[in-house]
Amino acid sequence: MDALAGERMITYDARGLAEPDDTVLHVSELDGDRAVFDAKNLTTRQINLELRWLLYEEGVKDVTVLNPGAKHSLGVGILTRCRITFDGSLGYFGCGLIDGPEVQIKGRVGWSACENMMSGVVVIESNAGSLTGAAIRGGDLIVKGQVGARTGIDQKGGTIIVLGRAGSMTGFMMQRGRQIFCDDVGPGLGDSMYDGTIYVAGKVKSLGIDCVPGEWNVSDTELMERKFRIHGLGDPPEFQKFVCGKRLYNYDNLEPSERKLVL
Amino acid sequence: MCGIAGIIYRNGNREHAVGHDMTAMLQSMKHRGPDSTGYALYGPATELIIMRYKLADANDPRDFEFAQRLEHNRADVEARLRALGAKIHGIEKETGYAYRLTFEYDGELKAITDVVEDVPHTEVLSLGHSLEIIKDLGDAEQVAEQYRLDGFIGTHAIGHVRMATESDVDISGAHPYWAYPFGDVAVVHNGQLTNYFQWKHRLERSGHRFQSECDSEVIAVYLAQKMGDGYSLEDAMRESLQELDGVFTYICVTGDALGVAKDEMAAKPLVLYEADDIVALASEEIAIRAIVDHEIETWDPYEGEVMVWTR
Repeated sequence: MDALAGERMITYDARGLAEPDDTVLHVSELDGDRAVFDAKNLTTRQINLELRWLLYEEGVKDVTVLNPGAKHSLGVGILTRCRITFDGSLGYFGCGLIDGPEVQIKGRVGWSACENMMSGVVVIESNAGSLTGAAIRGGDLIVKGQVGARTGIDQKGGTIIVLGRAGSMTGFMMQRGRQIFCDDVGPGLGDSMYDGTIYVAGKVKSLGIDCVPGEWNVSDTELMERKFRIHGLGDPPEFQKFVCGKRLYNYDNLEPSERKLVL
Repeated sequence: MCGIAGIIYRNGNREHAVGHDMTAMLQSMKHRGPDSTGYALYGPATELIIMRYKLADANDPRDFEFAQRLEHNRADVEARLRALGAKIHGIEKETGYAYRLTFEYDGELKAITDVVEDVPHTEVLSLGHSLEIIKDLGDAEQVAEQYRLDGFIGTHAIGHVRMATESDVDISGAHPYWAYPFGDVAVVHNGQLTNYFQWKHRLERSGHRFQSECDSEVIAVYLAQKMGDGYSLEDAMRESLQELDGVFTYICVTGDALGVAKDEMAAKPLVLYEADDIVALASEEIAIRAIVDHEIETWDPYEGEVMVWTR
């Protein structure tokens, strides 16, 4: 019904692809450096163009998007410091490729939320789908509900905090950064990880290949206290720490100069 | 890619405009599969048997004698049913090539199907006391308009939008699949099965027929076979997680239940909304939002999960 209202305006070409529609509708109500608009009857592209117009051209610092209706690819590629509130749920690929914004999503997000995020903070108040925080490089991603499978796959930096349960293959192939899970995680945790750290407060169904328990130290305690304080998450529970065992790959121990000699 | 959806009303078996709701869900997922759209709708159960069948495919070449041949084959189907002892009550022509028949019959469904499908190019799409499978090329609104599904009143339904990867773009390759020869069982599937041929051959040896080259058809027949062996729907689905290889999320429906299963890798998406009066599930949340107009809590089932709801 309402969720479809905007999408019905999309026209399709012969291949069934949505035609680009690049007019900004200017439907926002502006109030100083704040703005609010209703996305109910807008298409994905119109919503993103409206956001860009507000943030880049009007100098707005705080945008609220009403009725996002689980549409896909909203809030993607925002490269400026600002505050965005989605008053509802997002579909797939929400807030991907962002650098700087502080985003609050009041509903749920679909697969691949915050993919390749560079910096900023994203808080998801409800559940998230699979591949949440895939390949993120920086910033903090907080999910207050549960997440699906392969959270933080290929993560290269930043911090992912999940308060609910997590699915299988969490932290698959992660390379740097931190993942903090306050509840149970599924099978194959940290499978084939190269580096980085995973903290789990609940039960781990099984560890993936080359993921091993790590030694807790002072900096871990400091990190937990800092992150939980900044994001207002209360007192951190007790965590187990998991790191890469470094047995799976042939890590080259030669210095670059020695390598040159060998080659 | 494909998109699947399911809906079951639970507030004391009350009947709803399930055709209209399923169309809204499937239309919102058109981008996941624009090739064909299919429905398995469950109306109020009757004493009669409802048969949906087609005499040709939507994109079969229309040669000079096409219409004449269809008319001949249609008469042949009805004559064969009467010869088997079926008492035909209603004949509805849905399109030039798809028909809906209702009849009284108390023998085996397998016998009916085999006899009807012996007529050249004919395929029984569904058979049962409440199940009706409707599938054709085009998006949900086109199919719903063509088959007048907007007014379909029923208790539960599944649907599918198809992006063909395993077989041709035609009605035979479209979902949902009826679980020949078990009445009122249907399946939609998003994914790929990798041990499809082994299972197909195994099931063929135990007497089942396959109408398409599509890997998803095997799930329907597999589950129906298990249920025929005395398994409950839920147990059959749990067993399938061990015996079917590949990546999949599938939804199976029977006359009074709807179940969903997800493979061990959770490689295919599914979003679930569960309330007291309705359970709706789909590949994307936007499909659920298309029929629920207030804020709702939804989540993804986990890997290897099987869930079944009865109405």
